[in-house]
Amino acid sequence: MISLQASDFELFGLPTAFGLDRTQLDLQWKSLQREAHPDRFASEGATAQRIAMQWSVRINEAYNRLKNPLKRAAYLCELNGAAVNAENNTSMPPAFLIQQMEWREALDDCKAVKNLDTKITALEALLEEVDASHAQVLAQAAHLLDADHNYTAAVGQVRALMFIEKFAQEVQHGLDACT
Amino acid sequence: MALLQISEPGQAPDPHQRRIAVGIDLGTTHSLVASVRNGVAECLPDNKGHIILPSVVRYLPGQGRQIGHEAVANAALDPENTLASVKRFMGRSLSDIAHPEKLPYKFVKPEGQDAASEKGMLSIQTVQGAKSPVEVSAEILATLRYRAEDTFNDDLHGAVITVPAYFDDAQRQATKDAAQMAGINVLRLINEPTAAAIAYGLDNGSEGIYAVFDLGGGTFDISILRLTRGVFEVMATGGDSALGGDDYDHALADAALASLGLADVQAGLSAEDKTRLKAAARAAKEALTAASDVPLVWSHAAQSHEVRVTRLQFNEATSALTARCMSAVKKALRDAKIKADDIQGVVMVGGSTRMPQVQEAVAAFFGKPPLNNLNPDEVVALGAAIQANQLAGNDSAGDLLLLDVIPLSLGIETMGGLVERIIPRNQTIPTAMAQDFTTYQDGQTALALHVLQGERDLVADCRSLARFELRGIPPMAAGAARIRVTFTVDADGLLSVAAKEQISGVEAKIDVKPSYGLSDTQIAQMLQDSFSTAEVDMKARALVEARVDGDRMLLATQSALNADGQLLSAEDRAQIDSLMLALRHTVDTSQEAQAVEDATQALAHATETFAAERMNHSIQKALSGQNIQNL
Repeated sequence: MISLQASDFELFGLPTAFGLDRTQLDLQWKSLQREAHPDRFASEGATAQRIAMQWSVRINEAYNRLKNPLKRAAYLCELNGAAVNAENNTSMPPAFLIQQMEWREALDDCKAVKNLDTKITALEALLEEVDASHAQVLAQAAHLLDADHNYTAAVGQVRALMFIEKFAQEVQHGLDACT
Repeated sequence: MALLQISEPGQAPDPHQRRIAVGIDLGTTHSLVASVRNGVAECLPDNKGHIILPSVVRYLPGQGRQIGHEAVANAALDPENTLASVKRFMGRSLSDIAHPEKLPYKFVKPEGQDAASEKGMLSIQTVQGAKSPVEVSAEILATLRYRAEDTFNDDLHGAVITVPAYFDDAQRQATKDAAQMAGINVLRLINEPTAAAIAYGLDNGSEGIYAVFDLGGGTFDISILRLTRGVFEVMATGGDSALGGDDYDHALADAALASLGLADVQAGLSAEDKTRLKAAARAAKEALTAASDVPLVWSHAAQSHEVRVTRLQFNEATSALTARCMSAVKKALRDAKIKADDIQGVVMVGGSTRMPQVQEAVAAFFGKPPLNNLNPDEVVALGAAIQANQLAGNDSAGDLLLLDVIPLSLGIETMGGLVERIIPRNQTIPTAMAQDFTTYQDGQTALALHVLQGERDLVADCRSLARFELRGIPPMAAGAARIRVTFTVDADGLLSVAAKEQISGVEAKIDVKPSYGLSDTQIAQMLQDSFSTAEVDMKARALVEARVDGDRMLLATQSALNADGQLLSAEDRAQIDSLMLALRHTVDTSQEAQAVEDATQALAHATETFAAERMNHSIQKALSGQNIQNL
């Protein structure tokens, strides 16, 4: 019997691991929703509706967490007792912080560019660099989680990814403001 | 031996009791009702054979009313009492209507408590008194209900009613209220483009990513949908809820007046003149779909005017409108993170998509001709009928599941008039999301929650949906309380909000039923602004944040002084007092974030030693186990 308290992985019948088949996840999501969606119980009264709603919401919650690599990694750390504590713990290795500062300076430089085309090109180049770094750190996190099972070490990568994603968003905002 | 029963031809009795379920397209200019009969969705005609019911209601002196074609026939004679396109006013307040002077109606403010705030839904004055858009819509819905009940000679079990994808909470609620007034059980509200996709998806068995281009009389919606194995997933929605065939009529009318040399009579036209001019422009527009050169005839001031308009002139007069459609299409593709090439087909919905310039613009942009196999006027009602049939449980083999998204982000107000998003837009529903907040002041026992909808960072730029309060929080230090705010959105897209203080378990809840909604242009504008004004927003946000920090610093310092002020020398105390005054002044008057930050920093710096002293004092106190008063 599966309950609302089951882990996201259990709920989706997937192995509790970072590596995941996205197609499988999507198919599973749709087949779960097919069972639980309130529309299935449109003619069955308030109680059935409420329960369906609870399940449907729970399935969407798990799906949103599993399909996002960062959220999935953080969730896996938490499941294995390694707290991410994103709000309280913001200490990062010096090298990482220096890179963040360099990126921020690069972003400020980009924003100061007057010519719109040059500005867009510069912002896109920066975004590409940030994305490459994101992919690299994500690969490290995947290895720590699935091969080494070193969840405490993986927490460091998860925090780094949070910083990187936040910065990537700011670059994206800069790009959106150009169009 | 019992006799075998034989049913009438074409009326096979169902093995189980069949529930009568219909799909209703409650449109701006016209409405339709459809149902699945013998496994096929089809629109139901009235007793005169008309499928389309114009969404027009005329209130007659005394009692009685005319609905649909009859009302349209008399629109020019009695424009003030003949209400059309009321869908544009659903869930709207008077201040939301952009150009009331262009419309032939007498708008009135709502009565009672909402009147003062000007925020209640507007009404229109008729010979039978003030009528709200909900009442007018209910007349139309009731007419369609009777049509369905007459067709089946049975009571209606329920209906799926379609709404534009952009409809916000207030507008969806108003639509549900109208259905209730018409005595209709709403099985589900679904988005119009999604209904169109249901009609196409099931009829054609197509899979892949599709765009639904819906240009109706009064609204434009673009939806990007992914269809797989009977699941309709909305990847993104966008559009412009103040753009439709009516605007093309107006543009053509303006162009015609200009070429008649009558451009300046526009303002002085009577309601009757306006209605006649609009009708003439519409007739010319429709004729231009087949012909390239047509006459536009209009009588005004006892004089009949005739001017020839060409398709080229029409295209030029409306090119800005078509461009607005296409820019909304591009935005929706960006939201869905796909390119025009990824779209396998474009479904055309709404009578206005018959205009050649629209067909051409869509074909050019997507690099393929759009899909037109179903009647663009009927396709939405047909899709709604298929969904209704399944929700009523008539289609046991049905494998249709509709996964929908919310069109606009939902959030709450935080200190300084900023919006914290709790549910981002395009999130699949139903959904529940929570975020923890805390108190701002020591001993704060209540929390005001302000629920907002929109994409911008500042409260002033988003639409207010509801306010409620969480009371009875036990007094704690600022920042110690943990208040979890949970947003729940059901399958119809309607929101409820709950707040719970985690330590004490105090809670409060509200179902969001706003009395008014976003203006027609506002939603589209808000979405656009969140991108084009990102830079301006950031500056405004920085200043607000700096002010909040400054206020917080002042509060913290004051409470420290109240507790341990006696630890300071007179000299130090005087310095801190003067810095507090300076910061108070800067926070209240400065428009520069930097100035506020500097003043905050100065006070923080001056109080550093004081803070260290206090900490020492507390530690000593803890170590000695003595109360400070005993020292």
